[in-house]
Amino acid sequence: MTRRICLLLSAFCLLPSAFAAEKAVAKKQVATDQPLILRGATVHTVSGKDLPNTSVLIKNGKIEALGQTLRVAGAREIDVRGLHVYPGLINAATTIGLTEISAVRETSDTSDLGDYNPQLRAYSVINPASEHIPVVRANGITTVLSSPSGGVISGQAALINLAGWTIDEMAVRKSVGMVIRFPSMTQRFGRGGGIELLMMMQEGRTGGFSEAQRTYARRVAELREWLDKARHYAQARAAETPDVKRDLKLEALVPLVKGEQPALMTVSTARDIRNAVEFADKEKIKVVLIDPDDAWKEAELLKKKDIPVILGPTLSLPRNEDDPYDLPYSQPAMLYKAGVKFAISTGGVQFARNLPYQAAQAAAFGLPKDEALKAVTLYPAQIFGVKELGSIEPGKTANLIVTDGDPLESRTQVKRLIINGREVSTDNKHKQLYEKYIARP
Amino acid sequence: MRAKLAIALVLLVGTVSGASAAQPILIKNANILTVSHGRIENGAILIRDGKIAAVGLTVDAPSDAQVIDAGGQWVMPGIIDPHSHINADATNEGAISVSSMTRTCEVINPESIALYRELAGGVTTADIIHGSANPIGGQDCVLKFRWGKTAKELMFEGAKPGLKFALGENPKRAGTPSGYGQTTTPLRYPGSRMGVEDVIRQAFTEARQYQKDWDEYKRKGAAVAPRRDVKLEPLAEVLRGERYAYVHGYRADELLMTLKLADEFGFKIRFFIHGLEAYKIANEIAAHGAGVSTFSDWWGYKVEAWDAIPYNAAILAKKGVLVSLNSDDAELARHLNQEAAKLLKYGNFTDDEALATITLNPAKQLGIDQRVGSIEVGKDADLAIFDQHPLSNYAKVSKVFIDGQVYFDREQDLKQREAKAKEIQELKDKERKAAERRPPAAEKAAPQTTTPPTGRKKRPPESTEEVIR
Repeated sequence: MTRRICLLLSAFCLLPSAFAAEKAVAKKQVATDQPLILRGATVHTVSGKDLPNTSVLIKNGKIEALGQTLRVAGAREIDVRGLHVYPGLINAATTIGLTEISAVRETSDTSDLGDYNPQLRAYSVINPASEHIPVVRANGITTVLSSPSGGVISGQAALINLAGWTIDEMAVRKSVGMVIRFPSMTQRFGRGGGIELLMMMQEGRTGGFSEAQRTYARRVAELREWLDKARHYAQARAAETPDVKRDLKLEALVPLVKGEQPALMTVSTARDIRNAVEFADKEKIKVVLIDPDDAWKEAELLKKKDIPVILGPTLSLPRNEDDPYDLPYSQPAMLYKAGVKFAISTGGVQFARNLPYQAAQAAAFGLPKDEALKAVTLYPAQIFGVKELGSIEPGKTANLIVTDGDPLESRTQVKRLIINGREVSTDNKHKQLYEKYIARP
Repeated sequence: MRAKLAIALVLLVGTVSGASAAQPILIKNANILTVSHGRIENGAILIRDGKIAAVGLTVDAPSDAQVIDAGGQWVMPGIIDPHSHINADATNEGAISVSSMTRTCEVINPESIALYRELAGGVTTADIIHGSANPIGGQDCVLKFRWGKTAKELMFEGAKPGLKFALGENPKRAGTPSGYGQTTTPLRYPGSRMGVEDVIRQAFTEARQYQKDWDEYKRKGAAVAPRRDVKLEPLAEVLRGERYAYVHGYRADELLMTLKLADEFGFKIRFFIHGLEAYKIANEIAAHGAGVSTFSDWWGYKVEAWDAIPYNAAILAKKGVLVSLNSDDAELARHLNQEAAKLLKYGNFTDDEALATITLNPAKQLGIDQRVGSIEVGKDADLAIFDQHPLSNYAKVSKVFIDGQVYFDREQDLKQREAKAKEIQELKDKERKAAERRPPAAEKAAPQTTTPPTGRKKRPPESTEEVIR
């Protein structure tokens, strides 16, 4: 896909850049099973204490040991004294690999026709050669959720590492949840709501609250029906009833109705949140709320029901004119105080690299710094039920970053990246263009 | 309600400053980032008559001065955003290709909450400019963020006027519509980058003739003056060097095209807006003497942003181009200090160089650096106090001064929230009571629409309950 855009752009695109980045990955991967020791950094485990002057032994893609005097015959050693090792950051909501240039429809595969598409899988179409991947990981983000976003049931989101030749080398989980844009009575005509508005106009509908109510009730009823059907389908399949034909849509919903996988539900207002929680309760499904602007209003409910939240960008505008100017900045701190489990994300693709600053802003407005870091490492891993990521502990996957300081600060440089135990290049399209043009006489 | 709330806020903020205009203010125990003269640790600033009267480790303050103890916080010049669209009731006049007669200053809404929100991010001055729908847009309006004042009082006194130009995908769009809902819009020339150049050259050709006619009239004193043309007037001002030309553009080829066009007509481009590929022609931009006002790291959202790199500012600065950062966005404008901090990473700017991209450099680009952009004696006391170094992502604004008056105070803002919430509740209650008194006839008049497409005539009561909250 990248190449097609390049052809369109002809002279304005650097064809070799994507290949160069891949080559860099490849070179490192040759030495895959040679043990690696990061020697003598301050290790920020996130799950436990910060460990000064500590080395990390990496073997077969995993963190094998932490210690001060690690010695392993044949290991490659990297001197990282004076630097810091953190777990790779996790961006819990993006469209990486599904969108290349957001304004160009041909480069976007986030949604399809129809309102109910549980069978659609981000996993199958994520482009491992996307130029965004090396750009985003250069900022210390090693794992992202790549998520579809259309209709009511959008499809299945994948959790991927940002390195690999194919999706199977990248995928942490092919599917970590069913993305559902929970029906809302709040009409969103801003970003992403334009098409809906147009459809309403074409159908001669003028909107208004009663119209919104009807649409809402219809969609919720439809959603419920899908889940009902999926339950029956699961029972029938389990009973090996002979005349039950395979249904790909219902089959895709089985892990959700069996409680094996959560619904990743996009919601916005307090009313949406209450409705979504009540729906999940009645349907007995697990739910993770995505980008709930008003989560602070329903913090008590979320705590009570133990529902985790993936917040959208902290650096955003308050939704209502009368809201305090810092409401999105201080929402994470409010949720923290209420005991709600949450991760922080960016959404989208072009700003996905700025995840760390979304977390830092929350810390500036009352969230403890260590909690801000957890919101982009340990907590998203926990929310997705991925035990092997999110902190530095023996036995976990070696997704690590080496920095010269606090990764949540803009000024900090990411010096090295380790993904799945392999060193991955920090090179990318932007650095290549910089090198090329700074050298212009 | 909006106006009422705004007024309420104004009244409350009005009480914040306390000091009368005549009373000097001393800010002490401050880490001062002057931008022009380095950092003064644990220093003081004396403000008199809205101007900076003294800056240093210690300053002689009169006994009647109001003392503000900054308690080791950081003071920097108020942030200047050279590209904003907030507080304008209209952004684009896109029906025509040359809309140079339009004036943003005529459509300023002083009550837009965006202004207060940006103030809370340390912004004290912004250039509100026309949109980028046409090759030649409209006239700009430089504002000081004197929240609570009238539109006229917001305007930056004596700021040299500017005119917006736009290249590339945005002006092309009206000539090559695509996507939903736009197919019925009549096409408007230009639809290509070639057409954009043509429209600008044509306009300046007319403007040059217009200027010639006037020059001739003034020299010869003919009986009838040339007819005034409000479209060509601002372009003639650009040709005479009395109005700045600000050019929105992304790709290096079209930026270069415009530089050559400006040379052809003998005017200067003051600065490029965005200029995301400006780094590719930094030499040519430096030779022309144009500046660039860019994003720190926006990229990839459209085709002409595909080669955008966060090192743009670094390459430009190294080649001698005056670089600033801008927001173009009511959200981004709230953390321009963090955008500047990215330049420490992307291109190893020093702290001062990074801070200059959001203070002194935009002031120079807008031609207002004699008044604002650094903490120097004689300049306007436009200051932002941060609780930590403003290039840290953990920093937040605690106070903002414009002309020596406090226009944002976080402590006051927090205190006012309760009163504001109460007022909102009262207004809501009032509205509810009024609704209860209203006869129900109005509701009956609403047409009953068709049955829900699910085919059910009526939903079970359970779902109705769900709906109405």
